[in-house]
Amino acid sequence: MNDLSLIRKNLFRKRMRAALMIVSIFFAFAIFGVLGAFLRAFYAGQDLAQADRLVVVNKINFTQPLPISYFNRIRNIEGVRQVSHANWFGGYYQDPKNFTVVYAVEPQTYVDIIQDLIELTPEEKKAFISERTGAVVGEALARKWGWKVGDRVPMGSNIYTQRNGSQTWDMTIVAIARPTSPRVDTNFMMFQYAYFNETRTFDKDTIGWILLTTTSPGINDRVSKTIDAMFANSPYETSTDTEKAFNKAFIAQLGNIALIVGLVVGAAFVTILMVVGNTMAMSIRERTREIGVLKTLGFPRGRILKLVLGESVLLTLLGGLPGMAVAFLATLALRDSISQFVPGLAVTADIYIAALILMLALGIVTGIIPAVNAMRLRIASALGRA
Amino acid sequence: MATKALIELVDVSKRFTKARETITIFDHLSMTIAEGDFIAIMGPSGSGKTTLLNLLGGIDTPTSGEIRFAGQRIDGLNEAELARWRAANVGFVFQFYNLMPMLTAQQNVELPLLLTKLNSGQRRQHVETALKIVNLADRAKHYPREMSGGQQQRVAIARAVVSDPKLLLCDEPTGDLDRAMADEILSILQLLNKELGKTVIMVTHDPEAAKYARRILHLDKGRFIERELAA
Repeated sequence: MNDLSLIRKNLFRKRMRAALMIVSIFFAFAIFGVLGAFLRAFYAGQDLAQADRLVVVNKINFTQPLPISYFNRIRNIEGVRQVSHANWFGGYYQDPKNFTVVYAVEPQTYVDIIQDLIELTPEEKKAFISERTGAVVGEALARKWGWKVGDRVPMGSNIYTQRNGSQTWDMTIVAIARPTSPRVDTNFMMFQYAYFNETRTFDKDTIGWILLTTTSPGINDRVSKTIDAMFANSPYETSTDTEKAFNKAFIAQLGNIALIVGLVVGAAFVTILMVVGNTMAMSIRERTREIGVLKTLGFPRGRILKLVLGESVLLTLLGGLPGMAVAFLATLALRDSISQFVPGLAVTADIYIAALILMLALGIVTGIIPAVNAMRLRIASALGRA
Repeated sequence: MATKALIELVDVSKRFTKARETITIFDHLSMTIAEGDFIAIMGPSGSGKTTLLNLLGGIDTPTSGEIRFAGQRIDGLNEAELARWRAANVGFVFQFYNLMPMLTAQQNVELPLLLTKLNSGQRRQHVETALKIVNLADRAKHYPREMSGGQQQRVAIARAVVSDPKLLLCDEPTGDLDRAMADEILSILQLLNKELGKTVIMVTHDPEAAKYARRILHLDKGRFIERELAA
């Protein structure tokens, strides 16, 4: 027998009570793990955003178009290194339920500007530029539908219509884009803006947003101001910001996700804290006499503190670790089915570390008051001999 | 009987303050307990028996005076030092056994050894020996709920002697047992005193139990009023 077996035996002396506490902690950490993974996936775009990459959108709202002419005018601004543009297609495959991220882009420049995110060989780039209906498909999306280079795929749009009345554009897959890092989401498709612009019925010669890089992050602010000043008082005023700020604003359209998740997780943990804290206190109070006996036998104050705190920490670990394992399995199971909406869903190392810290903190917070009380207990009082 | 003093109380006073009232339990009490002695302390409720046991066992400290154990003062030791001293020198036997319900007899007896540097093999040997002394080697794997009161008290005695302390303090060890079981327990205490040289101090209300001791001390209002030799 050692201290750990003593802690374990104390914890499970009332099995039903211990099991119920473990189950409640288990659910709290399962929720924490899954919501943490959602949050991480949601904000992944911000972390991958380049410091020197700027996004120009319509000042009214990023869903409003900009004239294509802005592309050439911005290209000539001092300090601008690369410029490209993209347009949201509102794509789906076969059925509107199969929502797919599809952009119509300027092929030559767009591939260069996002080369830190995806890899294409020079041949693949050349094919994308030269093939009018050519499309580059991200690895994850290609895997999902079993697409390969050379396949012709009909992509529907829930926004645009072709002149012939069809809402479907035929595209030829010319390359499968590989991610430069596992964190890059490859659930996307991009095709030629020229093809898109020629065939659509409205918003002709407009683009969704302009993406550019500067010669140095230090001049971002100046370049942003120059661009916005250039188009001030025009029918299409612009708002230029870093890609990170743009992504953040995009997510903010959906509400403060972090706050909502924080409130849900916080509520779960405050409840657990009260339930476990109260149960631990009750459990230790019931054992006042036994703690008195241990002290009589010569167990020092520190050892008593360790035994009681060990019990509450073991409890949170026994609930928390399986909770995180289930969160891992749940995200694994959900990953593919919701990859269009929340790409890259995974319980990452930082979530595991945060969970472990939280387990230890929860164990210490719920156990510290009963542990200190047990430590301070006077033997004579505990044994009812005062 | 040995004559070397194991415990000396010199002018020990003990006072408690309850609801602004000071209650004096002992006032300049002095006594000497020889090594190898077996003393039964008797007296009415409130006479100070348990307080005396607490002072002798380092569970409580005197308001004034000196307590010496094997020539060394223990009245000035702090809580941690007293805990170490108790673990090394004193075994306790309580009226209601005070065993840990979730531990087997073997594990209960092993508890005091967790405070030593013995490895698990050495601890197991000590536990086996202690359980053999109290004739409970065959119940080592049993939980307290699976044992009779007398058996539980024997486990408690094994726990008290497993670390080989010089002093055994017993607070009404037979108070919860019938005559036959009480005699069994008292015989074990007598054996520990006679064969293994343990100094035993036993608080009891039972005159029959007191007869197992070498000496009987009657305590009343913090004073020994009568001393007699046991039969």
